[in-house]
Order: sequence, then C-alpha cells, then structure tokens
Amino acid sequence: MTDTTANKSAARRSLGDIDLRAVAPFVALAFLLVLGALVNPNFLGVDNLLNVLTRSAFIAIIAVGATFVISAGGLDLSVGAMSAFVAGVMILFMNTGVIEGQIPMLMVAMLLAVGVGALCGLANGVITTAGRIEPFIVTLGTMGIFRALTIYLAEGGSIAMKAPDLRAAYRPVYFGNLFGVPIPILVILAVALIGAFLLYRTAFGRHVIAVGSNEDVARYSGIPVNRVRTLTYVIQGVCVAIAVLVYVPRLGAATPTTGLLWELQAITAVVIGGTALKGGVGRIWGTVCGALILEVVGNIMVLSNFVSEYLIGAVQGAIIIIAMLVQRSLVRRR
Amino acid sequence: MRKLLLGSVAAGLMLVAGLAQAQESKTIAVSIPAADHGWTGGVVYHAQEQAKRLEQRYPGLKVIVKTSPDGASQANALEDLTTQGIDALVTLPHNSDELTDPIRQVKDKGVFITVVDRALTDNSVADLYVAGNNPALGRVAGEYIKEKLNGKGKVVVIRGLPIVIDEERNKGFDEGIAGSDIEVLDRQFGNWSRDDAFKVMQDYLAKYPQIDAVWTQDDDMAVGVLEAISQAKREDIQFVIAGAGMKDMIKKVMDGDKMIPVDILYPPAMVAVAMDLTAAGLYDHLPVRGSYILDATLVTKDNAKDFYYPDSPF
Repeated sequence: MTDTTANKSAARRSLGDIDLRAVAPFVALAFLLVLGALVNPNFLGVDNLLNVLTRSAFIAIIAVGATFVISAGGLDLSVGAMSAFVAGVMILFMNTGVIEGQIPMLMVAMLLAVGVGALCGLANGVITTAGRIEPFIVTLGTMGIFRALTIYLAEGGSIAMKAPDLRAAYRPVYFGNLFGVPIPILVILAVALIGAFLLYRTAFGRHVIAVGSNEDVARYSGIPVNRVRTLTYVIQGVCVAIAVLVYVPRLGAATPTTGLLWELQAITAVVIGGTALKGGVGRIWGTVCGALILEVVGNIMVLSNFVSEYLIGAVQGAIIIIAMLVQRSLVRRR
Repeated sequence: MRKLLLGSVAAGLMLVAGLAQAQESKTIAVSIPAADHGWTGGVVYHAQEQAKRLEQRYPGLKVIVKTSPDGASQANALEDLTTQGIDALVTLPHNSDELTDPIRQVKDKGVFITVVDRALTDNSVADLYVAGNNPALGRVAGEYIKEKLNGKGKVVVIRGLPIVIDEERNKGFDEGIAGSDIEVLDRQFGNWSRDDAFKVMQDYLAKYPQIDAVWTQDDDMAVGVLEAISQAKREDIQFVIAGAGMKDMIKKVMDGDKMIPVDILYPPAMVAVAMDLTAAGLYDHLPVRGSYILDATLVTKDNAKDFYYPDSPF
C-alpha cells in the first residue's frame, strides 16, 4: 500500500520534472494561437499559418545551432552577419556560372555555403577556445567582420542572383512544397530531429551539457572541453548555412539588411524554449517552439486592428514577457 | 624708380597670389552614413564617384569621403575631419536632432556647410541645403494611384522607419489621395528592408481579401512586396508604387512591367549634386547658398533611361 503510493508519487514527480518544463513553451504557443484567433479569424487560415511557419525557418534553424552553443556555456552574436556573408558568397559563386547545368550548380553552391558556414563557425570556436577570449567579445568582433565583408563584396549595394533561370530553379526551395508541406518546414523538422538526436542520444551531446554545467568537472572527467566547445560553434555555422540555403531562394539577394538582429531573435528563441542562458540545459524542440512564438507574435500584430503601428514593439515585448511568465508559473506549480 | 620697383614687386606678388588661388589647395569633407541599406549604399557609391570627378576637375582639391555607422560615430567623425583642416563640409546627417550641434561647431570654424537630405533642427546652420522632396514623393504616388484607380479602391501602405522623412511622405500621400474614395486599409512599418516588407505584405494578403494597389515608398521594400504577391498568386493587386530610383525598379519601368508601372525619384545621387555645388562655390565663386530641392520626378517608360545607372550598386 505505502509502496504503491510512493511509486505513484515518484512517477508523478518524474512526469512533472520532464514534461511540464518541456511542455511549457508549447502551452505559451497555444495561448498565442488562441489570442491570434480572437484578434482576427483569418489568423487560423491554413495559408496564414503556413506562411508564419515557413518564415520562422531562418530563426528556427539558426536557433537550433544556438541551442548547442548556449547549452555548452557559449554565445554567438555573429550569426546574423554570418548569414549575410554566407548568402553573399553563395550568390557570388552562382553568378560566376563556372558549373554547367542548374542542378549541379545548385548542389555545389549549397555545399560551398555549408563549407563557408562551417569555417566561419570554426573560426569563432578556435578563437574562443585557443585564444581564451570571452565568446561575447569574439563573436561581437566576427559579427563586425562578417557584416563588413558582406558590404565589401556587395560594394555597398546588394548581391543579387543574376541568372533568372537558375533563380527559377532554386525558387521552390522556399516556395515549393512536398505533399502540401512547404519545404522550409521540412527543413526545420529535419534540422531539429538531427539536433535532438545529437544532443540527447550521443556522447557528444552529453559532453555539451556537461561542459555547460561545470567546465572544471567536465575537464577532470576527461572531456575534451575545447574540442566540444569548438564543435558547437561549427554546428552553429552549419545551421546558419542551412538557414541561408532556404533564405536565398526567397528574394534571391543578400542585402545590407540581411540577417539584421537575427542573433538577438535566435538567442530569444533559445531562451523562450527553456534552454538556460548560463548553459547546462538544452531543449531543441523548445527552441523551435520559441522561434515560432516570435514569428506568431509579429504576425498577430499586423493582423490586429487595434494596435497602433508605433506601439507594435512595446506590445510584442509585453507578449513575450507574459508568455514567459505563463511558462514559469507552470513550472513552479509543480 | 624705387617706387616703380616696389610697385612691380607688389604687382608680381599679387600675380603670384592670383595664380595660387587658381590652383589653390582646398579640402572638402564628405560625411555620410555607412551603407546600411540599399539607398545609403547608393549614396556612398555616388559620393565616391563624384569625389574622383571633382578632384580631376579642380587640381589642388582634396575630397575626403567618410562613412559612419551611427549618429554618435558621425559626430566623432565630424570632429576628426575638422581637425584635419577643411574648407567645406558636405554631410548627410544620420539624424537631425543629434547632429545639429556637432555640425554647428564645424561651422564656427569658418567651414562652408552643405547639408543633404535631412534638414537640421536649426536652419541657419546650413549654408546650402540639397534634398529630395519627401512630401512630393508621397503626393506624386498618391495622385498616381488616385488617377489609375479612378478615384476608388483599396490600398495598403508599407512605411519605412518612424522618422521625419517617413512622416512627410505619408502626409504627402494623404494629400495626394485626398478627396477621393481611395481607402487606406492599413499602414505598417517595413523598416526599409526587403525581408520585413515581405513579411508585412504576406500578412496583408492574409488579412485582406481584396487589395487594389500597394504603396511602399521605397524600391528595396518593393522587392519583398512583389515576391509575397507572386507567392500568394493573387490577381486583385493591380500595381505596386515604390520610390527612390533603384536600378532594378527603373529597369522594370523601362521594360513595361505591369506590376511596377512607374517609379518616383528620390535619388541617392543627390549627394553628388551637393558636392558639385559646394565645389563650384569654393572655386568658381558662384552664389550657391540656399536650398536646392530636387523634384520627385515621376519615372515612366518614356523617361526611365535618363535615370538608369547600371553601374551603381543601388
């Protein structure tokens, strides 16, 4: 009798431990969906929801990478500028037309983008770990470098895809769909699945969390701390590149405003999703949900008729804080 | 004899002085925002091109072009430029409130001040003011939309950023459509960014089943708007009116694109006009003080080729 009660309460506690925290961001999202439906019936239209999901792809994909960096106790401020830089390099390469045929050209350009992204991330990682400099400073520096390089490559203007047929061939990657699901949404799912597998099911993922929880203990436990840290930045770079692969076909250009403030949005998405900013906890699906929340809030603002366009920033800020409060109160109630 | 000698020496001196004046070395400083979006990218390009041209035209003239990412660093840049010893300053200030006093301090050193695009809060600081016509940019757009829709229809507006320029354009637009049955369904900020304008337009399309025309006051934003419309495959939108004079949009007008029938000029090349006038004032002693307001010219298929700069980044 006592045994079963104890078992039950233990089971309940572990349920609460795992579920409520992980579920909290989704509750906040549901709360926003209800709010959106009240504001404007068009909000729940399939087209609108697909639009919002699709355009959250950039931040969601980048934020999955940021989840690794942040849960290992790092920070990457350079992701927005890096997106612009990778997009610029990719478009310039496609404009050279060195490879015959559209599909091979796109394939090589994509590989190049991922390579450039990984190298940018590697640079961040190596400077942070080998140079023993705060990641905040390193990535603030590389943010300036990537942004300036983009403007330099663009000669102060924008870098646009020149070949219209190549543009047409690439366009479906943003605008196309597979069985009715827009491709960017599938990319989010794929990236999040791989991310979740890496973080939760591999030794590397456990090392990331260990390094973020306590660097010294991790080091004494024989974890190659610097290598793990550096790899998280490489993963971040690859995620940025994947986001760029989906971004470029949308407007076919990299401009000085490309990726502006994406770093803040990505970090916000990660934190809303329940990852601790100080490291040691990582929640991939929460992060994706956080990115959705950010995009949904923006969408509700435009669809609503009663918020002055001057006050949108304030209302957005308030909604994000309230959503976080809802989340925290759920966790505390346990 | 002695007097004569003195006289000829004096005359000779004057001649030398006169010659020196003809090839006098003077310095014009150009302080502009960094290329943070398409239009300012155009400003930087035209300033650099014009600097080369002016240095060729006036031997002895040095033109320093300096870009700054924000208002505070522009104030610092102005100080640095002044200590190098300059004769004239051509500046496109980041914002009027912050930079009026720093520019006044430059003027107090006896420097000729040319202000471009954004008027200072104190009009007495600028010797020469060169700008596009913001209210007219809105008004011309409004009038065109009124005429094309026969005075009746539903329009959505995408604004830039909440600054004076944007206010003036919006007021002008309201004047342009005044007295008609044009209904403005919505106004939201697109931050002069393609990506943000794309989002806002997607949301407009979800929100309103019938839209006749779009006014977005900036060519960069029009790129995002067009993409959102083509994705939604909506046929109700007849055209999009933007402005500035970006080469891609001028090209569309030239080619007779149905969605971009016209463009309204607010050219970044205005900085080159300002530099040219300033140099003419310094070297040719032309009376250039005053205001020089460029027209918000309606670019149509017929005159588009006059405003097409294929080499410019914007």
